[in-house]
Amino acid sequence: MAARLIRQNSRVSFPRRAVLRDSLSVAIPVGSYGAAFGAAAVAGGFSVAQACALSLLLFSGASQFAVVGVMTGGGSALSAIATGALLGIRNGLYGMRMAPILNLRGLKRALGAQITIDESTGVAISQENRGEDAMRYGFFATGIGIFFFWNLFTLIGALSADSIGDPSSWGLDAAVPAAFLGLVWPRLVDKKSRIAALLAVIIALSLTPFVGAGFPIIATVLIAIALGWSTK
Amino acid sequence: MEYEMSQLWIAVLGASALCFILKLLGYSLPESFFSNPRLQRINALIPVVLLSALVASQTLTKDSQVIVDHRIAGVLVAAVALRFKAPFPLMMLLAALVSALLYRSNSI
Repeated sequence: MAARLIRQNSRVSFPRRAVLRDSLSVAIPVGSYGAAFGAAAVAGGFSVAQACALSLLLFSGASQFAVVGVMTGGGSALSAIATGALLGIRNGLYGMRMAPILNLRGLKRALGAQITIDESTGVAISQENRGEDAMRYGFFATGIGIFFFWNLFTLIGALSADSIGDPSSWGLDAAVPAAFLGLVWPRLVDKKSRIAALLAVIIALSLTPFVGAGFPIIATVLIAIALGWSTK
Repeated sequence: MEYEMSQLWIAVLGASALCFILKLLGYSLPESFFSNPRLQRINALIPVVLLSALVASQTLTKDSQVIVDHRIAGVLVAAVALRFKAPFPLMMLLAALVSALLYRSNSI
């Protein structure tokens, strides 16, 4: 599909092979992390079908892990949905960035929107100096590549975890918080982010005994608002 | 059990629908809609606070109680692995192995 879309829009030539290599070098490793998600979801009490449904329909790593994390932690479906959606806002912002470049209509727009995530947008933007055709090609090659591998590996991970049984009886339950740590780690680049992270940990833990599971996590959005409000 | 199953499906389908709407909305709104720098700063911090809160609650809470157990060792090992730029699956595997080892040695 990427190839067909590119051929239609292609006017200026660009190093297709180099863009494809950039795209696949992101798509294959990131897609393979789907195994970690599939395993974590089944470990958290989701069925194989539910794990696969999240990868097919939600298709955004942090939101998927959040839905699993909140539900596993005893939170309500509503707080899982809210946390997942709050983490999904940035995909909408990526869409705003990509819309004028991709120029999609109708069904193509819906399909393009579904693969608008950190990595597809990131690769597209990294191709900026090669021109808009290269950006489009990078976006679709990365997005479709990750979609394929992420879903394939989710199924593999989910099926393997399903055959192990209850992972908390094995003491394997540090894997999910480790996944969240891995997702937040590259974002802790400046002082403000680190302060926000520290405050979020303190607030989430202090609220835990007093309010229902899932709520302490959503409540930390107030920290983002308070810290983001000031220009300092 | 049946009740739990349906709650999980509600979470799966509800979050999927809402996240898809957010993705699609991006293509339907002009870029200037989100040009306010204050909103951009807040939005950049939202993943930081939510993911950090999830690290904390998944590591240090159980049944609405703050507790320290084998999980913290696994997460600390994950932090060290990330510090040394270990790939994501290896980092998760190390965390799981360390917490499992500690869990086993405690329960003997």
